Amino acid sequence: MSVERGMQLRCEELVELVTDYLEGAITDPDRLDLIEAHLQLCDPCSIYVEQMRQTIAMIGQLPKTQALAQAEQLPERIREQLLEAFRAESSH
Amino acid sequence: MSRHPSDRRRTRFWNAPFGAMRTNCAITSAEAGAPTDITTRKVRQVVSLIRRRNHLVAPGLQYNLIVTRCAGKPYSCAVQGITEPPGPSAQAAADQAAEQAMLARLKARDDQAFDELVRAWSPIMMRVARQFVSTDASAQEVVQEAWLGVIRGLGAFEGRSSVRTWVFRILTNVAKTRGVKEHRITPVSSLARDDDARHTVDPSRFRSDDDPLYPGNWTPAGRPQRWDDDPESGVLRGEIRTLVSAAVEALPDRQREVVVLRDVHGFDSDEVCSLLGVTPENQRVLLHRGRAQVRAALEHYYIKEHV
Repeated sequence: MSVERGMQLRCEELVELVTDYLEGAITDPDRLDLIEAHLQLCDPCSIYVEQMRQTIAMIGQLPKTQALAQAEQLPERIREQLLEAFRAESSH
Repeated sequence: MSRHPSDRRRTRFWNAPFGAMRTNCAITSAEAGAPTDITTRKVRQVVSLIRRRNHLVAPGLQYNLIVTRCAGKPYSCAVQGITEPPGPSAQAAADQAAEQAMLARLKARDDQAFDELVRAWSPIMMRVARQFVSTDASAQEVVQEAWLGVIRGLGAFEGRSSVRTWVFRILTNVAKTRGVKEHRITPVSSLARDDDARHTVDPSRFRSDDDPLYPGNWTPAGRPQRWDDDPESGVLRGEIRTLVSAAVEALPDRQREVVVLRDVHGFDSDEVCSLLGVTPENQRVLLHRGRAQVRAALEHYYIKEHV
């Protein structure tokens, strides 16, 4: 693989393609090849892609309750009502 | 096809470069006559597949590749014996196990389990409901009604789909009915609100267009630096968790919804598109911008920590 090939893609462009790349949404084989070629040549971009993966993994470790603001939680009153409905249904 | 016994088992090693990291790819068996250039190309394809599947490419990890050819077909390459690092797939298996356990508790009418579920899922359900109805109060009612539907349906739910899929299907049905009543037309998939961020990385970190050598490439000062500790291993440190959580919370609404559904709750892209009424392209754009901002927040933290 030639250096020229990898350099046909700018780092600036690559960072905007990372998600499409990780999602497998780059269907044009030539385009995919260009990205691969660039990543093999370019350390900073490889680090960038690796850090996007790490970021995804870290977001994935957030507790589901903690991922959104408490302001968006159902009010206590409604949760109580739901819990009562759940208990009532159980006793049928 | 005739085979030369001596050729039947060849071992070749590739050092597939991943930037600074190197991963050994060993072809443990190749069919006789498999041309080197084909196998080299296949190695790259397989490696690219490994990366796209979100397997983490770790230094020293060994991929064993088997090159075979079916009659009349081109050579194909299979991967064997990947030691799978903990990643999204391990996460998915853990999620599934947790969900099975949750369903069993719900079926056993464990009210604590129900309350946990309501607490964990209601916030994102509110966001999803809000796509269909015009006020927050209305969205709240939709979520409440959906949970009542879940309570009523639980006895008959056989677990053919995941609990998550089932609950969100009830939610979107309730929300759509309510949306029609409110004369609100189904979701607007406009990106307008989030359209201000065309670049996800500060443009000043790249060389300018008139740079004589490498226009558009990282400047020496702009390059991303490796993060020192391995943030994926083990449990997130409390400090980092707070940071990631705050960064997700600070995202514009649409980005946050997509990131939370995809990366926290583990929905796939098709599910997210139908829950939020966005096209696959829009979904990816929102996901990309959201993740990039969280990455930037982490980068800021790691760099500051090491100055």
